[in-house]
Amino acid sequence: MVAIDFVGVTKSYGKRVVVDGMSFTVAPGECLGLLGPNGAGKSTITRLLLGMATPDAGEITVFGVPVPARARLARGRIGVVPQFDNLDHRFTVRENLLVFGRYFGMSKREVEAVSPSLLEFARLENKADARVAELSGGMKRRLTLARALINDPQLLVMDEPTTGLDPQARHLIWERLRSLLARGKTILLTTHFMEEAERLCDRLCVLEQGRKIAEGRPHALIDEQIGCQVVEVYGGNPHELRSLVKPYAQRIELSGETLFCYAPDPEQVLTQLRGVAGLRLLQRPPNLEDVFLRLTGREMKD
Amino acid sequence: MTEGYMAVMPANAWNWVAVWRRNYLAWKKIALAAVLGNLAEPMISLFALGFGLGIMIGRVEGTSYVAFLAAGMAAVSAMTSATYETIYSTFARMGGERTWEAMLCTQLTLGDIVLGELAWAGTKSLLAGTAITLVAATLGYASWPSLLYALPVIALTGLAFASLAMIVAALAPNYDFLVFYQTLVLTPMLFLSGAVFPVGQMPGAFQQVSSLLPLAHSVDLIRSVMLSRPAESLGLHVTTLCIYAVLPFFLSAALLRRRLMR
Repeated sequence: MVAIDFVGVTKSYGKRVVVDGMSFTVAPGECLGLLGPNGAGKSTITRLLLGMATPDAGEITVFGVPVPARARLARGRIGVVPQFDNLDHRFTVRENLLVFGRYFGMSKREVEAVSPSLLEFARLENKADARVAELSGGMKRRLTLARALINDPQLLVMDEPTTGLDPQARHLIWERLRSLLARGKTILLTTHFMEEAERLCDRLCVLEQGRKIAEGRPHALIDEQIGCQVVEVYGGNPHELRSLVKPYAQRIELSGETLFCYAPDPEQVLTQLRGVAGLRLLQRPPNLEDVFLRLTGREMKD
Repeated sequence: MTEGYMAVMPANAWNWVAVWRRNYLAWKKIALAAVLGNLAEPMISLFALGFGLGIMIGRVEGTSYVAFLAAGMAAVSAMTSATYETIYSTFARMGGERTWEAMLCTQLTLGDIVLGELAWAGTKSLLAGTAITLVAATLGYASWPSLLYALPVIALTGLAFASLAMIVAALAPNYDFLVFYQTLVLTPMLFLSGAVFPVGQMPGAFQQVSSLLPLAHSVDLIRSVMLSRPAESLGLHVTTLCIYAVLPFFLSAALLRRRLMR
């Protein structure tokens, strides 16, 4: 049985179509990334999945349970890490777990039985009695992750789990998520961080304006869409430079003030540009950012 | 659309307790200040209005003005505490504080959440009402055994006003809207319901309006209990308050579904 099945799901608000005929599946134990800029429909997809919004058309099932018809049953098997912190700031770390466990019908004893291992998992053992307001951003996010695990869910839904965190905090979250995947949990992750998607996701759906524009394993997507080295050119007049390197590049994209040259033989491009004063050149392997730029004609960062 | 209404209904008879307990835990942290406030507020109004105005007014409906007012104040405090809890604290929890957003990711339905919040607001009004009746009984303006009957009425009054306020919270685009409810609905109701002067003092048309207001029914009930008078039309008063508690629950839950679960 698949963990998540979306078939032709459409959702509009007024005249604005936010999710447009979306279909995808997530296999048990898999990490699927929904990748797209703000407004691509990522958050709406997670709301639809939880039964917090009703689709205009299409079918959604979670472990075979139809949503939203039986969303409450489905939510019993889902843990959610929301985009915005919704912890109870008046409460301590421990109290947050207790209160949230009760929302799943757990008794105080049941919550207390699982709390120590959750706190250890979230590296918050020493913070059990600290108030949430005293925690750093990374700690709050880890507490949200621990809280999402309280009902021992098979599926974790994470809406931009590392947005707004510093790099260290972000790496710790990634490491924790990988350990969850190693334990066989299924993860649906929405993100606009390419690095996050590349590191964690088995498979990616690239979204734009509520539509799926590409799907595949991160490296397969990169090979398929780009498949050659990239030379980034900063400075100079991009239009003049473009004609200079055109014969040597497979494709050239201009984004902001940066010129991206996709070249099977980057050395030739570099040779051409070395003569031009005031340029900064960077040769690198292709990444998901390039895929996104290729597919949508613009950079992901927003 | 049946699934839509399922979400609005409580999932079972006990799920709401988790929401009530969350609010109780938050309240416990500030309980001392809250209880002192509950006690101080009725004492201030009883002393100021009761004794100040009472000297000029003398006896009302065959009793001292302070005793007359104390019963009215018990109903009013149930109304205001349930209303404030709902339109300020609950409104914050359903919006900016994102407490409801977290709850909606769990085994709770929207109906469970609304019911838990109403029960909590009812509890807050019971606390406020208990404080005022204790003050009144201590000062000799109500008999101690009468409190036993007054408290359930106070709790029911709280539920009715919490339910009504939940509709307001469901419709309110912002905090200003909530202030309108206070000034344009609750304040007139306070004066039309016989809380501070007898309804019989008003022109006939106002008396008819009064008979439709939940606070008027609550005041009548609480006053006859606290002043140990024979209760007239007990069934009508209780039924009216129950209707005000139940119908707005379903209406507010449906409105909240439109607001939060689009």
